Amino acid sequence: MKDEKYTPLPRRPIGLDREELKKRTVTAPDGQTFEVDPIRDYYCQDAPKAHQRSYIKIVEDFFNWCRAESLWILGYGTGCGAIEMRPLMTPRFDAYRYGIQWRPTPRQANLLMISGYLSVKTLKRAIRSYEQMQNPKYVVGLGSCTINGGMYWDSYNTIKKLDEYLPVDLYIAGCMPRPEALLAGFEDLKKIIKAGGGEGANKYAENFEWYKANQKSVIKDWDMPDYNW
Amino acid sequence: MSFEWIQIPYALLTLLIVFVYGVFMTTIIRKMGARAGGRYGIRLYQTFVDLAKNYALRSHISHGIMFYLGPVFRLTGGVGLILFVPTIYGSVMHQNFAFAGDLVLALYFVFFGTLGMALGAGESGHPYSAVGITRGLSQMTAAELPFVLAVFAVSLQYQTLSITEIVAAQQGGFLSWTLFTNPIAVVAAMIGFLGTMMRSPFDVFLAPQEIPIGPPTEFHSAYLALMQTNRILFPIAKIVIYMNLFFGGATNWPVFFLKVFLIYLVSALVGVVFPRFRVEQSIRFFLIWGLPLGILSILIV
Ligand code: SF4
Repeated sequence: MKDEKYTPLPRRPIGLDREELKKRTVTAPDGQTFEVDPIRDYYCQDAPKAHQRSYIKIVEDFFNWCRAESLWILGYGTGCGAIEMRPLMTPRFDAYRYGIQWRPTPRQANLLMISGYLSVKTLKRAIRSYEQMQNPKYVVGLGSCTINGGMYWDSYNTIKKLDEYLPVDLYIAGCMPRPEALLAGFEDLKKIIKAGGGEGANKYAENFEWYKANQKSVIKDWDMPDYNW
Repeated sequence: MSFEWIQIPYALLTLLIVFVYGVFMTTIIRKMGARAGGRYGIRLYQTFVDLAKNYALRSHISHGIMFYLGPVFRLTGGVGLILFVPTIYGSVMHQNFAFAGDLVLALYFVFFGTLGMALGAGESGHPYSAVGITRGLSQMTAAELPFVLAVFAVSLQYQTLSITEIVAAQQGGFLSWTLFTNPIAVVAAMIGFLGTMMRSPFDVFLAPQEIPIGPPTEFHSAYLALMQTNRILFPIAKIVIYMNLFFGGATNWPVFFLKVFLIYLVSALVGVVFPRFRVEQSIRFFLIWGLPLGILSILIV
């Protein structure tokens, strides 16, 4: 070897500067060439809109009743609290009889359970999942970690107040809350929705800048468009 | 076939009855699945609420024209199947638009929805959709084979392509049902039936319990609701064909309800008892057990 001097590897670019997110020209197998701009082409660029309620009150009330009685949870666990959600599907607690079901894709779910502490890395995924869900959608924070940081209060890598990053409808306190507490929490959430209070998605759309600023202040490695749906 | 305008409201009435019945039957079958697992299961009106909620969601995202048309095609398959097959034999009201060659049309409709769905899900661009579609189509094709062969056997046996005439030939005691006059065809068809009902052990392309849920991954709100409506109508429509071809048809609604429920129960029972096949296993199953039976039934006729 001619040059024995050690040269450190160049630092990998992070965030939107990453190689795979750059605009590039691709040659297809059939010889065509075209430009790909991953951030623009693979996502929709529009900011979220606040959606109107229906104008007739009784219709909206009926819809709210339906939404409350058919809560589809996105089966996505972030922290230790997730382990208390699983028993809800089993014969012992059986949440299905309260109209609560699990969906495997954010497109079809309308309740996002943040089950415990959120590391910054997971927060990014939680935001993406939340934004892919359809309006109206609800967020429930599980455990004291989502309320004020809980026992991860002085951790270097977890967020403290979930409310600053996503519009939370309901917190279920405890470390960790038992499945009974979850069931009680779902019943409370139903009451909120039936009373017309489940407008988190509109709140998110109206205060979009504030939420984004908060999110970007903790997520340093921001490698997605501002709103992904 | 003579056409009269009054047939249209009659057919819509049939559709409505089948829909309401289908909602409750689907719910009860799901409840039975839950009971088999030791759970109490969903509430009786849950399916209605889910449907209403999905229709009522405020935002939709489209991935292109075929994405719209996929669920629409699928629903067309289910509704068309019901409209062109005589639901109640001998009833003017619920004869629908049955005509001389309706068996061929019915076979076409059975596959039509799946193809529409394949195009729609393909356009959504989600990799799980593509995987689900590939698995689903190959499995469906293998499962259709014994069914189609059995249908040929039956239509050869009765020398007609009209479902009404096939039903007519089976009247007069249950010993004249195809089930007893041509049992091999019925067994072959029932094997195909299990394969197309999207239930365990043949539901790997949907895999409803795992993370990827196959073709409908990207479908949401009203699109999903259309597909749910079809999930309610389509199995019944298919069962109506089976009932007409193999189990003597139905002459009034109570008999119809009972027979449809029992035939559905076959697939539900098998689904509760057996774990899931992988795609290549299920295709092998259909080719080894279904196909020879189908050919045999034609040879015997
Ligand atoms: S609240 Fe307790 S149980 Fe829940 S995530 Fe935090 S530390 Fe874990």
